[in-house]
Amino acid sequence: MLENIVSTGKKATRDGFGAGLHEVGQQNDQVVALVADLLGSLKMQAFKAEFPERFIQVGIAEANMMGIAAGLATAGKIPYTGTFANFSTGRVYDQIRQSIAYSHKNVKICASHAGLTLGEDGATHQILEDMGMMKMLPGMTVINPCDYNQTKAATIAIAEHHGPVYLRFGRPGWPIFMPENQKFEIGKAVLLSPGADVSIFATGHLMWNAVEAAKQLVSEGISCELINIHTIKPLDEETILDSVSKTRCVVTAEEHQMNGGLGSSIAQLLARKMPVPMEMVAVQDSFGESGKPTELLDKYGLGVNDVAAAIRKAVSRK
Amino acid sequence: MTNISNLQDIASQVRRDIVRQTHLAASGHPGGSLGCADFLTALYFHIMDHDPAFNMEGKGEDLFFLSNGHISPVWYSVLARSGYFPVDELASFRKINSRLQGHPATHEGLPGIRVASGSLGQGLSVAIGVALAKKMNGDDKLVYALTGDGELQEGQIWEAVMFAAHHKVDNFIVAVDWNGQQIDGPNNEVISLGDLPLKWKSFGWEVMRMNGNDMEDVVTTLEAAKAATGRGKPIVILMKTEMGFGVDFMMGTHKWHGVAPNAEQTETALAQLPETLGDFKI
Repeated sequence: MLENIVSTGKKATRDGFGAGLHEVGQQNDQVVALVADLLGSLKMQAFKAEFPERFIQVGIAEANMMGIAAGLATAGKIPYTGTFANFSTGRVYDQIRQSIAYSHKNVKICASHAGLTLGEDGATHQILEDMGMMKMLPGMTVINPCDYNQTKAATIAIAEHHGPVYLRFGRPGWPIFMPENQKFEIGKAVLLSPGADVSIFATGHLMWNAVEAAKQLVSEGISCELINIHTIKPLDEETILDSVSKTRCVVTAEEHQMNGGLGSSIAQLLARKMPVPMEMVAVQDSFGESGKPTELLDKYGLGVNDVAAAIRKAVSRK
Repeated sequence: MTNISNLQDIASQVRRDIVRQTHLAASGHPGGSLGCADFLTALYFHIMDHDPAFNMEGKGEDLFFLSNGHISPVWYSVLARSGYFPVDELASFRKINSRLQGHPATHEGLPGIRVASGSLGQGLSVAIGVALAKKMNGDDKLVYALTGDGELQEGQIWEAVMFAAHHKVDNFIVAVDWNGQQIDGPNNEVISLGDLPLKWKSFGWEVMRMNGNDMEDVVTTLEAAKAATGRGKPIVILMKTEMGFGVDFMMGTHKWHGVAPNAEQTETALAQLPETLGDFKI
């Protein structure tokens, strides 16, 4: 199984969002797209070209965009907001909290350029706290797909879910390794490769690094169970516990702060229900900086070798 | 047509409801609520075409959004009095297990409320989003909103103001409760609002003014605002009110922004406000 997980090329997850938005716009005439002056960055051109009457430019005014989206949702529309992850969360937290989450509005908050892999723009734009902020909001669904195909599928699937969703994706070209036209089920983890010695739970761009790390470790005789957690909330507790009951040790991997990310959610679960040795590959309470995506992942401990080292350590602690 | 004196009678009962709700809860915001009682009474009992058999999407009806959510007592009163929920439920205002939260919310399912408000500056954006959706749906009904004047210090308000003019959201009427007061004192001492009519006009809005505590002026101005919709511009009504209007000792000060009257003060206040529709039961 592991050897079958191969990259068929590179595309950015934000391109998957753009393609998915266009397709869901064709499927559902209640879908409306909003953007805060980042049409090209969010790859929303195709939607705008085909559905100009359902496309709303709000300008550089993200707080207003969240409110407008809440209003559109109140009247039965399915609004997708588009801006960078930084401006989709921290900048507008109170707008999301009151007008969207507490009011249970069917708004899809679509957030690009998340994490270190935004690259050269630097730490002002590299948000690493967004999933933590969003998952703390009652009723908010939090999704971080791992490649172009999965992002496209997630973008289409969230229209069928009634309630607020935070959909997080990124800027750089990234290996495509998940199936085309896959069925995307919110809250359902995906088993990529079964294994016996350790459970790897990864999300977003770090899923690919986990795949590469697992391949490296075959020669060392470590058998990794690779599971993709695309939905951080609600967490697929059943799949996680099933896997851990077999492997008895865990590594999580994500492009996010350790505080408040996927690892912390899984640690909360396991501490209560199945305590086992656990390592977390995540950013350690730090801001990022300018650089190339892979350079940054390596510098901040999220590279393939870092995932491999965490796996060795987790196994050694059993 | 509902006559002015009938609306004034309803507004008197609404004011009694405000005083009694805040007294019973020993908390809440009577000052701004009293000041806006005439406006909300005119909207719900004369101006808006609305359906108390509440439906969240509100297609085919006029809708109202309260951005300055702290004046919930006046909104709860007009909603109850126009049939959205039982009048006696007003006694549960701010109490545990109540649908009448301190600030308006959808979470407990109170009919008439379409979005939570209270964290200031957000309601205008939401209301404009609903107005846009009405246009997309070919629904020719209108959207109304109310904001405080101190609330105009929030930056999001001006994002929304710029947006509505650019997108020609001309099925939208917002009133500003221009009472000149906020928690820490008069606007002019906290942060001056400057030339409000000129500000709104320069953003591309149709600007109207009215005395929000003169029922005849309220009705006439709202009718004129309705007639001015559909002309490519959103409409703002700068509404002069007096905080605490109708209760002599609450007028002319910001002191009653967020303070509830005690038993004696309640008695004094109610003596100034004729009971016209029957008080809610405790």
